[in-house]
Amino acid sequence: MEYSNLRRQTIFMKKNLFDQGYLDEQFNQLEELQDESSPNFVEEVAALFFKDSSRLLTNIEQAIDKYPQDFYRLDSLMHQLKGSGSSIGALRMKNECSVFKANCNDRNLEGCRRSLQKMKREHATLKQKLESYFQLLRQVGPSEYAVSSRK
Amino acid sequence: MAVAIETPFHVLAVDDSLPDRKLIERLLKTSSFQVTTVDSGSKALEFLGLHGHEDSPISVQADQQEAAVNLIITDYCMPGMTGYDLLKKIKESSYLRDIPVVIMSSENIPSRINRCLEEGADEFFLKPVRLSDMSKLKPHILKSRCKEQYQQEQHLQSNSESSNSSNPTNENSSSTCSNSHKRKANDDEILPHATRPKHS
Repeated sequence: MEYSNLRRQTIFMKKNLFDQGYLDEQFNQLEELQDESSPNFVEEVAALFFKDSSRLLTNIEQAIDKYPQDFYRLDSLMHQLKGSGSSIGALRMKNECSVFKANCNDRNLEGCRRSLQKMKREHATLKQKLESYFQLLRQVGPSEYAVSSRK
Repeated sequence: MAVAIETPFHVLAVDDSLPDRKLIERLLKTSSFQVTTVDSGSKALEFLGLHGHEDSPISVQADQQEAAVNLIITDYCMPGMTGYDLLKKIKESSYLRDIPVVIMSSENIPSRINRCLEEGADEFFLKPVRLSDMSKLKPHILKSRCKEQYQQEQHLQSNSESSNSSNPTNENSSSTCSNSHKRKANDDEILPHATRPKHS
């Protein structure tokens, strides 16, 4: 059946996201909160996160090019990103935030720049992967998704 | 059809992060709370009826009575007024101080946690907040209502020693703490944050 094949794909895709460290347990927590009264909750939170994180990354990029560098501000911006990243279970991004913050602490500008570039790549990758995942889920249909997320 | 006779408890959630606000709102709604979210401490105070440094109930607008808040949950790290600053302002207000306050933070810093608890926070949640954390909220709301009811009764007793207290809601509740939040406020008392939201 075409349908159960799609379903298997979503489960496989999600497993991959976890195995490769893109997502952590918090993402499961979000899926648990999704139901008939809020059928698109996870996708909505993810959308808000990407909107918010894009803005923060832009701000960080602008701040990093300012002279003299304000490491306090850079750390503060990245701290915000880390917070919202952990709220949606964005594990790789969250970890990269910590690397960036450590570089801020050491006042290592080059380290910060490298970390920021890595962060942008992680951000773009996660966004693309989640978009594919949500798209596939929409094809599967809401009720089945609710069931499969309880595994 | 079953009709809920109890008004849900109303929680005010404060967080500057948009995805986090969405998450806390969902967590609270899933746990049967009525929710209002704001993105800053100053907006929270505005919603609660505190304007500037006034803490007199007289500064509350009439329609604020509709927005009775049973618990405030706030992020710690916010630009401008932090969650700690907000907590302090609430506890300094004779009008708001009995509303339980919960602080959320993504950082597990014991000195920060202690500072908040010492300032009067009822609970400290580590972010990301989970559904299981929501069950810790209701006890604080009920505890604060018990305390409030007790204080009200003490006030009544000392006020009217000779007159008969004919308010029926007080008769049975002098020794027990009622779970109901449909208790009437007495005429001469202003208990804005405990006033039951008006429903038709």
